[in-house]
Amino acid sequence: MSPGGADPARSGGGAVLLDFLYALRERRVPVGLQEWMALLEALALGLHESSLTAFYHLARSILVHSESHFDAYDQAFGQVFQGIEADALQLTDELERWLADPAMLRYLSPEEKAALEELDLEELRRLLEERLREQQERHQGGNRWIGTGGTSPFGHSGYHPTGVRIGGSPGNRSAAQVAALRRYRAYRSDLVLDVRQVKVALRKLRELRRDGRQDELDLERTVDETCRNAGELELVWRAPRRNNVKVLLLMDVGGSMEPYARTVSQLFSAAKQSRHFRDFKAFYFHNCVYRQVYKDAWFREALPLAELTATYGPSYKLVLVGDAMMHPLELMEPGGAIDYWSYNQTPGIEWLGRLARAYERRVWLNPEPPRFWAHVTVNAIRNLFPMFPLTLEGLEGAVGALVKGKRARGAGGYWPG
Amino acid sequence: MFGKKKTPILSPDFHRFAGTEGYITSAPLEQAVNASVALGRPLLVKGEPGTGKTVLAEHAAQALGMPLLRWQVKSTSKAADGLYVYDTVQRLHDSRFGDADVSDIGRYIKLGPLGRAFKAEEQTVLLIDEIDKADIEFPNDLLYELDMMSFDVIETGEHVEAAHRPVVVITSNNEKELPDAFLRRCVFHYIDFPDRELMDRIVRVHFPDIEDRLLADCIAAFYQLRDVPGLRKKPSTSELLDWIAALRRSGIDTAKLALQVPFLGTLIKNERDLELVAAAAGRRR
Repeated sequence: MSPGGADPARSGGGAVLLDFLYALRERRVPVGLQEWMALLEALALGLHESSLTAFYHLARSILVHSESHFDAYDQAFGQVFQGIEADALQLTDELERWLADPAMLRYLSPEEKAALEELDLEELRRLLEERLREQQERHQGGNRWIGTGGTSPFGHSGYHPTGVRIGGSPGNRSAAQVAALRRYRAYRSDLVLDVRQVKVALRKLRELRRDGRQDELDLERTVDETCRNAGELELVWRAPRRNNVKVLLLMDVGGSMEPYARTVSQLFSAAKQSRHFRDFKAFYFHNCVYRQVYKDAWFREALPLAELTATYGPSYKLVLVGDAMMHPLELMEPGGAIDYWSYNQTPGIEWLGRLARAYERRVWLNPEPPRFWAHVTVNAIRNLFPMFPLTLEGLEGAVGALVKGKRARGAGGYWPG
Repeated sequence: MFGKKKTPILSPDFHRFAGTEGYITSAPLEQAVNASVALGRPLLVKGEPGTGKTVLAEHAAQALGMPLLRWQVKSTSKAADGLYVYDTVQRLHDSRFGDADVSDIGRYIKLGPLGRAFKAEEQTVLLIDEIDKADIEFPNDLLYELDMMSFDVIETGEHVEAAHRPVVVITSNNEKELPDAFLRRCVFHYIDFPDRELMDRIVRVHFPDIEDRLLADCIAAFYQLRDVPGLRKKPSTSELLDWIAALRRSGIDTAKLALQVPFLGTLIKNERDLELVAAAAGRRR
């Protein structure tokens, strides 16, 4: 482990290392020059002990700053140092997501649905595994990417369809094997959302003002006043700084939102529990906002939109949650409302436009992944509201847009690709 | 070679941390600690509660033979408090009631943990515990001092420069995200939850005379509990240790651990979780 031999600039290993850097950046791991220089410094000091496994851990500790990027790191490492096919990994990921997500069934034709119902889940799983096995055998035998599918969407965890070699203690595993295990997949920030994580994201939504009871000692003025008072102690108090953010949340509870009920309720409880907002109000709507919104998810108590914008003025930040996906008529035409007993004179897009004009700081959170956003009504709504996916990453973007405010006028938000 | 980068204060045998008798590490953790010492960058440790983040700093200090300075961060902590606090109120009080020399401001400057680490005669380990408890801006306010390893006492004009760069260990429970600029300067380690084999070794460190069968039964029951889906707070290592201590003291027959868990309250501390565990146990029977 002579430091000279480890110097990447001289040993010619620099090209591979650079590949690794760009593979990380491609996967949106925020690695900058500073971390990179630190890694080179560490390599020059011989901290990697001339072993790939040690390098794997050393580079990870320096280049990655959050367990949510460990999975992307594993993928990048696998790609550069072992030639594990990242695409194949992505394929299994996508399959799993597809199978785990009942919402996807909406895109099937009735015939396909019927065919699917005839297949029982066991059979489906067996077929899938057979396919994957065949596919793997066509690739090189030592490839381990299937082994990462250990948690199947059907809950049969721990089953490894192929003879994946996981023998020996973890210490004996090669770095590429460790990387290929992709144990940190559950920590990815673009996939998981739980109440605490949402709270963390929402905490960034703040504007500090001095407000409330005066119980903080104002030192500067105390000194001033004491001097003015010829040395006789004169204490001056002031109010502490408090968050001044007011949030108005409108949630779609239409039928197409059912698959996301859990995610949306997590967002709701996180926002509700976040005591640092000065005010938080939530209302419901069905598919599209028309003349009124509702105070409960069962549409019993209505609140006209005009009253909503009058009561909760422009100082509120508006957050809409919905899949923005409906029949174009529902959005564009008078009388398009999905509830047949309510005829709307004004089309939904106009009502949404009124909302958008009433709130300068507004975002739309869409639980659908951005790759499904290419839909006429989604696009129409994105012209009015900056739209973000309802993931941790998307939520952070949305909070950023809400805090900056002015920039968020018109279209904006998250654009896939 | 690396621009303005400070040269790390290296002793020739910097490669020193390899756990202690009371603390079992993994190779990646040792590597992260040693990289942090060698590069002179703070070590940021995250991980599930109860995986030994705080204890790591204590044992790193012990293994490296350095004194430990502890800075327990609270929601009201300010970064400047870590350097020093100027006790104006005391000085005002003294000036009013005149029982001390008020003209010497230095008397009212009290060094915080970071300030003490800079001023120390020898290299120290500084633990900044639960940095995420403080305000979101807190880590950013520390950046300059951690980079330059020096600070000025504005009130007296004194310039404090670290004679020895302290080994900084920072723990976070992920309650708040840390700013990017801060993260870029850290060496990061995430303590994984120990697997069964490692857990076996960890328990033996704490209970050297434990019987093999009891240990195996306990660990099996423990991981079974952790696998109950939907738990809000999975039991952690420290809770397992408490539980084993309770079991041993009571002398309960452990053969039926898989069916019924005595002293469940030491492991599961949430009412809803208790119900989940009971339901899962019912299914197994």
